[in-house]
Amino acid sequence: MPKVKMPKNSPVLDMTPMVDLAFLLVTFFMLTTQFRPDEPVVVDSPSSISEKILPDKVMLVTIDSSGRVFFNLEGKDLRKEMLSQMSAKYGVKFDENETNRFAVMATFGMTVQQLKQYLPLDEMERKDFMKKSMGIPYDSLNNQLGDWIRFGRLADAQSSNGAPIEKDKALRFAIKGDANANYTAIKRVIEVFQEMKVNRFNLVTTLEQNPTIN
Amino acid sequence: MAQIQSNDSDSGKGGKHGKVRAKKQSTHIDMTPMVDLAFLLLTFFMLTTTFGKPKTMEINMPVKPPPGQEILNEVNNAITILLSGDNKIYWYYGELKPETKLTITDFSATGVRKLFLDYNKQAVDEIKTLKENALKTKMNEDTLKSRIVDIKGKKYALMVLVKTDDKAKYKNVIDIIDELNICLIGKYALVDLDTREYDLINNFQPGQ
Repeated sequence: MPKVKMPKNSPVLDMTPMVDLAFLLVTFFMLTTQFRPDEPVVVDSPSSISEKILPDKVMLVTIDSSGRVFFNLEGKDLRKEMLSQMSAKYGVKFDENETNRFAVMATFGMTVQQLKQYLPLDEMERKDFMKKSMGIPYDSLNNQLGDWIRFGRLADAQSSNGAPIEKDKALRFAIKGDANANYTAIKRVIEVFQEMKVNRFNLVTTLEQNPTIN
Repeated sequence: MAQIQSNDSDSGKGGKHGKVRAKKQSTHIDMTPMVDLAFLLLTFFMLTTTFGKPKTMEINMPVKPPPGQEILNEVNNAITILLSGDNKIYWYYGELKPETKLTITDFSATGVRKLFLDYNKQAVDEIKTLKENALKTKMNEDTLKSRIVDIKGKKYALMVLVKTDDKAKYKNVIDIIDELNICLIGKYALVDLDTREYDLINNFQPGQ
């Protein structure tokens, strides 16, 4: 009997389809990706059945589990304008370098006075600073949150130059509270918004399944 | 492997025969590094991407009346929900009277949801038949929505007042609003706690 010879298969594999697929996916992810913004605080949002998506243009107030308040409004020009108004009101001067750093910063939570010390810090130092920070004051004596909201809205109104804004592009107000935050803190934030004549909010939640009722 | 053959080895042959022949080069390119790179990028984008934006719940607060002009709610078919610490829910039906007793319930499907559905039965049933009819007659989605809003605003539809004490968590409030949406209740309000209600919670004894 002759020996059975195994046919020698070439180990070369045509990888073209795989490469095609891989690049297709890479392209897809590259185009759809939105980098997760760097959040200074971890907030565990409560879940709800609501399927509404957070609007694009949004003023976001974050409340963490211990009731500290953080603020964010995107848009470089808006932020510069907002900061100049705040600096005028509280008499804290920011130079050009600091203003530019503020314009590209993410969510922040400290008094205007502390903001001056915070801006020149690097990434790691900022994290430590945020841990120790008490958040933006929002009590009736020192209502800096209210001022941020007011100046943010003013800056937004100026940016449109009085032109009518389309309904779905108007500035919206979102509150992102931690599930374990005391409701009194959120109630106070809502009150601050209402003092500024804002009565419509988006409460940020995560999706949970809608139970069917019978 | 993709190797570019140098001209040195060929030049001799070409010279001998006096003919310059185009070299047959292998069309196979080793794609492994490219695949490596592609998958590296793929993994990176898959991990950093956030799919979908966070969901939100829209809420409209009533415009605050100027001081001295408080609006008195006319409460007829209304349940008042009092939220307190430890995920507890107390409730009573109708107006707050001296003899009003609180009942305790919880966030489960047999707790507060059953309560809402029982009291809101007429509206829930009506919306259900409306939805069934809409399926049959292929009703326009917008008309269906406005019809549902109409039913939710009817007099017999339940109204819910949500009040929280200082121990209630944000999660509780969201859960209650969620239950209200599930139970098709359109009339609800987040209001401040009355001192009498505060006392009722503090003096609550189980088994009442």
